[in-house]
Amino acid sequence: MTTTITRAKRVAIPYAMLTPAIVLFALFMAAPILYTVVMSFQTVKVEGLGLGSGSKKLQFAWLDNYVDAVTDPEFLASVLRVLLYGAILIPVMLGLALVFALLLDSRRSRAVRFSRVSIFLPYAVPAVISSLLWGFLYLPSVSPFAYVLKAVGIAPPDILSSGLVIFAVANIALWGGVGFNMIVIYTALRAIPSDIYEAARIDGASEVQIAWRIKVPIVLPSLIMTGLFSIIATLQVFAEPTTLKPLTNSISSSWTPLMKVYRDAFVRGDIYSAAATSVLIALGTFALSFLFLRVVQRRAFGQED
Amino acid sequence: MDKVAAIWNKSHPDIQITVNKQDGGDAAVTKLLTAIKAGSGAPDIMQAEYQKIPTLVSADALVDLKDQGAGDLKKEFTDGTWNAVTLGGDSVYAVPQDSGPMMFYYRKDIFDQYGLSAPKTWDEYAQDARTIHQADPTKFLGTFSSGDPGWFAGLSQQAGASWWGIDGKAWSVDIDSAATKKVADFWGGLVHEGVIDNNPMYTPAWNTALNDGTQVGWVSSVWGPGVLEGNAADTKGKWAAAPLPNWDASKPSNGNWGGSSTAVTAQSKHPKQAMEFITWLNTDPEAVKALAQVANIYPADVNSSAALSTPPAFFADQADFWSIAAQSSKDVSSFTYGPNVNVAYSAYTDAFAKAAESKDSAQFEAALNTMQSTTKNDLVKSGFTVK
Repeated sequence: MTTTITRAKRVAIPYAMLTPAIVLFALFMAAPILYTVVMSFQTVKVEGLGLGSGSKKLQFAWLDNYVDAVTDPEFLASVLRVLLYGAILIPVMLGLALVFALLLDSRRSRAVRFSRVSIFLPYAVPAVISSLLWGFLYLPSVSPFAYVLKAVGIAPPDILSSGLVIFAVANIALWGGVGFNMIVIYTALRAIPSDIYEAARIDGASEVQIAWRIKVPIVLPSLIMTGLFSIIATLQVFAEPTTLKPLTNSISSSWTPLMKVYRDAFVRGDIYSAAATSVLIALGTFALSFLFLRVVQRRAFGQED
Repeated sequence: MDKVAAIWNKSHPDIQITVNKQDGGDAAVTKLLTAIKAGSGAPDIMQAEYQKIPTLVSADALVDLKDQGAGDLKKEFTDGTWNAVTLGGDSVYAVPQDSGPMMFYYRKDIFDQYGLSAPKTWDEYAQDARTIHQADPTKFLGTFSSGDPGWFAGLSQQAGASWWGIDGKAWSVDIDSAATKKVADFWGGLVHEGVIDNNPMYTPAWNTALNDGTQVGWVSSVWGPGVLEGNAADTKGKWAAAPLPNWDASKPSNGNWGGSSTAVTAQSKHPKQAMEFITWLNTDPEAVKALAQVANIYPADVNSSAALSTPPAFFADQADFWSIAAQSSKDVSSFTYGPNVNVAYSAYTDAFAKAAESKDSAQFEAALNTMQSTTKNDLVKSGFTVK
């Protein structure tokens, strides 16, 4: 007896196996995205006092929501703010992550496992919790840092004041983000065959030279990947400033683009214009990621061509 | 609240109430609006803060209780409260539950130390703030809080403002009226002088300040004792309650900060039974007593004095606490909320945060103008008829 699989079956089987993934993707990714796009072209119009039943009508709004979003000075300000925030955060975060990864990978390091876990641990703390903790540390009247500074006669700076608050937020993201990026880079470092180092040492290269000339170029793809993730995370920063907001006068409800989306949708109740703004943010993220990859790709992956 | 419902369930075997706790007013409103949009999933009854009623009504989320005979309940409540659930018309969208007449709390020991007495007018409040801050620069008689739009709305209400109005078939937005300007200028001036603090309330810093005696006064509401008890436990017995300072001592007036009502949702399958329950809940002497003593709220029912015999624990020595509260409640002037309170409140938070941060009194009036234009533009953009 021979088992024969008909041609039709052979075609069907892979699709059958893919079905769960496709259905889930369609239901929980594609459909909501599509719905968001549809909503972004709609608006609700009220008639008269808007108190009776049926006084609200859903209308097609063409590009009105998009025009409003683009011309809203608050939106532009929030975009510029996160770009500045990213310019502060990303180089420092990736720089520290790389330095820590190189140090952990260096032959002379001690207590590697302990240090690795300690640096990684803040990543496991949810952003809302870490923001609450840092919030306490930032408020001069409850902060132990301020207490110590006062004790030695230095007036503690108000870190939540409007000039410094962007650093306050970036610091929280830095604290939480270094560990994750460090692990990614460190894993790439561990994958480098050790005979390369031996060859370098025989040629008389110092540890610093090995790090700079061999390790960094080899882990460059990991650096680029973490850079890309960081750019995306930067554009979507939400939890940290939202948690700090009640503590200070210097964070507005449209401080970042996503905070503005949240406010428009759930505080002002206008999900349609919020949908348009989110579509713009998604497109912006795509564009920025694509641009970033275009610029760095040739340098990073050049040797593979 | 479940304990109060249990009293009802015991005596009404045919109508059983299940209490579903929600986190906070805003979350519950968002949830209800989503349920209304989806067509199912709303409870029969919900608790709604007064300022949320127009939003809920304009989303068609509430049953008009006029047809259930709710009009008869008018005599149980003050005009101000009743106006909030009827929006000044013939319809009745909710039954008032509790109200939050504003009151002033101050550190009696500190006032005695500087020979001051509770301020009767805002001028006296400003003078006292100066005296205290000049004598001890770490101390403030209060703070201007950009995080609490309801607080500022209550103060404006006291000054005679009504931020919205219904004029025939059109809404009006009157946030930048002379009355509100007076309030904004007053607080802007004090912040500018630096004699009161400019940081928001309800932060760890503010809690500490209440407890360690750097905040020695609180412009608050009848529910203040509970907050003080939680945040300033070390200062128990040092505080006193007083009526809110007035603009004109000969013409006392007041505003509300907080307070809520009970409404029947549009998806209720038992509106009649629901109405029966909420009438009992908010006007029956036994229920009102339970609300006051178990749920710790200040009942909106004007016949609630029997339920409020002993002062709150944190003000145990102040025998006249509830009579001050009753007078404060009686003085509340009328105030109309509009269908986009959320927009106005979020505009307040942003604009006044900027003003408070700048400590520049001119910025306070600018913030008020921003609030007015943001609120009005939003109504116009949504298509409401606006005068």
